[in-house]
Amino acid sequence: MSQAILEQLRARFGEAIIETHNFRGDETAIVRREQIVPLCQWLKATPGIECNMLIDLCGVDYSERAERFEVVYHLYSTTQKHRVRVKVRLAGEAPQVDSVVAVWPAANWFEREAFDLFGITFVGHPHLKRLLTFDEFEGHPLRKDYPVNRRPKIPTPDPLM
Amino acid sequence: MAMTDALHTHHMHLNMGPSHPTMHGTLRVLLTLDGERIVGAEPEIGYLHRCFEKESEDHTYTQVIPYTDRLNYVSPLLNNVGYCMAVEKLLGITVPPRAQYIRVIISELSRIMDHLVCIATNVVDLGALTNYWYFFNVRELMYVWVEALTGARLTNTYTRIGGVARDLPEGFAKGVRGALLEMRKAVKDVMGLLRKNRIFLDRTRDVGVISREDAIAYGFTGPCLRASGEPYDVRKAHPYLCYDELQFDIPIGEVGDSFDRIMVRIEEIDQSERLIHQALDKIPDGPIINPAGRSALPPKHEVYNSIEGLIRHFELIMFGVKPPVGEVYSYTEAANGELGFYLVSNGTGKPYRLKVRPPCFALFQAYPHLIKGSLIADAIAVLGNLNIVAGELDR
Repeated sequence: MSQAILEQLRARFGEAIIETHNFRGDETAIVRREQIVPLCQWLKATPGIECNMLIDLCGVDYSERAERFEVVYHLYSTTQKHRVRVKVRLAGEAPQVDSVVAVWPAANWFEREAFDLFGITFVGHPHLKRLLTFDEFEGHPLRKDYPVNRRPKIPTPDPLM
Repeated sequence: MAMTDALHTHHMHLNMGPSHPTMHGTLRVLLTLDGERIVGAEPEIGYLHRCFEKESEDHTYTQVIPYTDRLNYVSPLLNNVGYCMAVEKLLGITVPPRAQYIRVIISELSRIMDHLVCIATNVVDLGALTNYWYFFNVRELMYVWVEALTGARLTNTYTRIGGVARDLPEGFAKGVRGALLEMRKAVKDVMGLLRKNRIFLDRTRDVGVISREDAIAYGFTGPCLRASGEPYDVRKAHPYLCYDELQFDIPIGEVGDSFDRIMVRIEEIDQSERLIHQALDKIPDGPIINPAGRSALPPKHEVYNSIEGLIRHFELIMFGVKPPVGEVYSYTEAANGELGFYLVSNGTGKPYRLKVRPPCFALFQAYPHLIKGSLIADAIAVLGNLNIVAGELDR
């Protein structure tokens, strides 16, 4: 079922699809980062695909790779009852990708979380600020070079009086 | 209108939470108010963030199971099942039929308990305390059997990769059926107090409405999505364990307001009860853990009497089960909606990346959308039936 989506994606976007694979029944397409928004819009709007739900969005840090970060989108269609996973690869210490909030409002907090924990900037996000940690937090805790046992500095609150 | 124009008025900010009994844990919302009407809301989360995902990367797959108890702590068994199914998908192993049935029974029992807590605390927010005692009494009866089965009331850590930890204790079926009978009475009592209660209806009907399209766009799943009329239930849409061998229906709402969300949960309690009775009738005999998957600890007599058993035990404890390189997303229907685990393996005994998709993350995100334009008291009433559990929201 989802295999057909990957074929349609490749037919429609061609060069923008870097790689597709299927592991344990999870169909995955790795796409160029410039194409992510039009591709998501196409996945949502095309009849027969209709991925109207963004189930999950998260970052992954493959610290040994040249393109170090991945943003993973899990999509679902309530009408067609199929799923597909889309990934983009990002390079550099300050990775950037376009925001998909305009396609699915659900992306808002998921992108904020990825920004908070991985330092991935989502261009065009309406309100990109830390979500799970506090504003004064230094670094991005889910990056592989952030030590597991580091204690963050807790900011001292301002006195009330 | 002329009066309000003449009066000097300005918006006021109100901090709700994080330490407030109606905020169900540690949630904080900064409200902007015009009188008592909400014109803006900005939720802030993370007060219960405890680095679950980072910690998982430093523990073996088996050692992560106790952490999952702390996600949705109202129904920890559902998290245990969801997590173990993700690792099993990664390993490509199956679970023996008896363990599948046990998992269904404990899942549905947890779902009932979760819904009981959700409805009970929600109507307490509306000022109806009696219902709370009715529901918590029967929840206690179920906890007795959860404790007999798992050895703990809250932090169960009951499932194992490839099966479950223990077989059903003696008298389990009879005891659970007895508890369900008591639950039936409690639901009847509570419904008797609520169904035609004018206060309850006024406080919940057309309050916190979300349309089907909006609910889908915001990533709603579970009872809150079904209350808006979208019949998506993972157990039906993509059956796992032995759900395809059992009969049950998906209750849905029409309006998507607080009333529908509560009523969908009441109906789901009935359906879960049906499922438990069928599963108790049909449960087959056999092993409760898959020994061929090489994820289960060898039996004690092998550990003590054979070198292979001892090495196997040592390896599993010290280095953990090693799945192949790859990534999976596994999802189950938890009490609040789709609970997903995205696992990335690099071939070692520890997860390279573990991402939890908590159902109430998407629900709480839409909270401002649900309460804008309503009164402060309605905001409290809506929060309760979204059933936000800070443990899984903040991880």
